[in-house]
Amino acid sequence: MVFMAGLDYFVCGSGHWPDVYDNNNNHNLLVCEAKTERSWLCFLVPGVRGGILSILEISNLSLSFGGVKALQDVSFRVPENTITTVIGPNGAGKTSLFNCISGFYKPQQGTIRYQGEVLAGVKPPARAAMGLARTFQNIALFRGMTVLDNIKLGAHVHMKSGLLSSLAYFGAARREEMAVRREVERHIIDFLEIDHIRRQPVASLSYGLQKRVELARALAMRPKVLMLDEPVAGMNREEKEDMARFILDIREEWDVTVLMVEHDMGMVMDISDHIAVLNFGQVITEGLPADVQNNPEVIKAYLGNSDMDSLRKKLNPQREVA
Amino acid sequence: MRIGDAKQTYEADEAIWTSPTQKFWFALFLLALLVFPLMANAYLLYLGCLVGIAVISTTGLNILTGFTGLISLGQAGFMGVGGYTVAWFSLNTGLPFPVTLLLAGLLAAAVGILVGLPSLRVKGLYLAIATLAASVFLHFIFAEWESVTGGMGGLSLEPAHLFGVTFQSDFRMYFIIVPLAVLMVFAARNVFRTRIGRAFIAIRDRDISAEILGIDLLRYKLMSFALSSFYAGVAGGLFAYFYRVVTPESFPLSMSIFYLAAVIVGGMGNLLGGILGAAFMTLIPEILKLLTAALTPFYPNAPVFMSPMLEIIFGALIVGFLIFEPHGLAEIWHRIRRFFSLWPFRN
Ligand SMILES: Nc1ncnc2c1ncn2[C@@H]1O[C@H](COP(=O)(O)OP(=O)(O)OP(=O)(O)O)[C@@H](O)[C@H]1O
Ligand SMILES: [Mg+2]
Repeated sequence: MVFMAGLDYFVCGSGHWPDVYDNNNNHNLLVCEAKTERSWLCFLVPGVRGGILSILEISNLSLSFGGVKALQDVSFRVPENTITTVIGPNGAGKTSLFNCISGFYKPQQGTIRYQGEVLAGVKPPARAAMGLARTFQNIALFRGMTVLDNIKLGAHVHMKSGLLSSLAYFGAARREEMAVRREVERHIIDFLEIDHIRRQPVASLSYGLQKRVELARALAMRPKVLMLDEPVAGMNREEKEDMARFILDIREEWDVTVLMVEHDMGMVMDISDHIAVLNFGQVITEGLPADVQNNPEVIKAYLGNSDMDSLRKKLNPQREVA
Repeated sequence: MRIGDAKQTYEADEAIWTSPTQKFWFALFLLALLVFPLMANAYLLYLGCLVGIAVISTTGLNILTGFTGLISLGQAGFMGVGGYTVAWFSLNTGLPFPVTLLLAGLLAAAVGILVGLPSLRVKGLYLAIATLAASVFLHFIFAEWESVTGGMGGLSLEPAHLFGVTFQSDFRMYFIIVPLAVLMVFAARNVFRTRIGRAFIAIRDRDISAEILGIDLLRYKLMSFALSSFYAGVAGGLFAYFYRVVTPESFPLSMSIFYLAAVIVGGMGNLLGGILGAAFMTLIPEILKLLTAALTPFYPNAPVFMSPMLEIIFGALIVGFLIFEPHGLAEIWHRIRRFFSLWPFRN
């Protein structure tokens, strides 16, 4: 089973990992069973949709900046182990929603529940430690560090060594650094095929590679929910296909729930299990890709009221993603 | 020409010296440091000690300003805390120097944490001014808290001692200062091989993203302040043992600017740069003095013209490096090294 295969990787790192995964074991089985008919369980049966399978639950969230209402009464759920995508026109509030989940914006109203726990009052670093990892719309790599150090930084919350042992780089600090290095090399750098650039400063990389390094850094955070803000924006076709494949593989192999914001409809329709549509800060619909695709309100949101055909074409693109 | 080699283990890959050539040059450098006091005259020995103290303090400020991106004009104040701590403990307790220096570092670190508290809210110029205010306040305490600091007259202290050995000469002090400088630079290097150093750099480069990725900004900013002022405290303590007197004027505000200049000229966020900057900035006034002495026979007025030159040169260096070589002397050094490591195939 996929999850079990993932287990030894965490065991080989620092000692505090396995317990998290042990707790979830029976849970995992449940998800596996549910998976084949996920759509049924998660979306169509009202009782189950709100049940244990929602890892993230956003209720009545409102956020405004002065007069700008970035989010208004937003409610939706992110079913566990799915790829859930938030779409919507520019300025709809998608990034603001991510920032609320990360704890960077404080919504004026509403709650965010993560694994059943209300997040209000939990600081951003603590949220990261709980397994909420993300990438940023405008690449936010640290320019003063190499690719490898950027990725290792993602593991920060799972490391413990203090100042004294760091100054001496002896014993615990050194062992911990080496364990992280091994983990990052074996499970992230190889997986994302970025071996050749690990020594380079991030500023020297192409846009597509920078996005990949950001994904690598988010993976080093050992996420339970991986939030990707426009993971393929600005990429060429080949890079997009690679990224789509990585996202699908991550969901399978890492036991991760993916919450994504993306404008590329081809990719969205291809890999999403669940889609929520945001317009002017409000959720106008959510559901399976096929449902959302043909929802007239969605088409209207995207296209103004104009040319329905071109809009429909945009929302139902030829399959260009593998 | 050096050839890159593939590493067998991650340990080897992450070592500080990754090639035999590097190890060789470093061993040679250590040997030179060891031989230097045996060959040097009193004046060079004096300069060697000053450079050593400056290297420690510059490395500290580099951690804070160069690596964590927090500008501080409080370095002289933190050095003062260290200097007075050493003076007070050696006068009142007779503790040996490793203990007094440690106490100097720790007390300075504690003060550094207090001074760093505003750094969560203010950045850049505002933080510079906040630290400047703290520095003025410390200066005020040094001058006014007479029962402890001796007021304007300051404190005179006995030479450093350990196991019955006293370190009254520059020659002996050299063997405290320079090994400690080497050790502390290495300790700083180690920090940047671990998660703590990465957190500092992340805060400098993008603090908001760093926080979302799991870095507690206040904790790491204060840690950087503590570490930086620990270095300053130890440097100040060595300064006290070296001159054997501390007064409020031993740690003037211009000293803070001196260290900021050393970090900028050397190369912000580069430990080698800090060393080069410290040496360079310490030696400039001396070169200027030599120049003045050489000119005086021909222009009797030379000292009048030359004495304000120091401030002008410091200022010009800061501005010049910021504009033309923001990566400082370290970058110049790397260019030279690249030239030789690729020679004769490319230049
Ligand atoms: N920090 C802020 N201060 C003021 N207004 C903001 C801030 N962040 C977002 N907004 C506003 O909130 C609204 C939603 O912005 P947001 O960035 O969430 O949109 P988005 O859906 O991510 O758009 P895009 O697809 O262009 O990335 C916009 O009107 C934006 O101007
Ligand atoms: Mg956005």
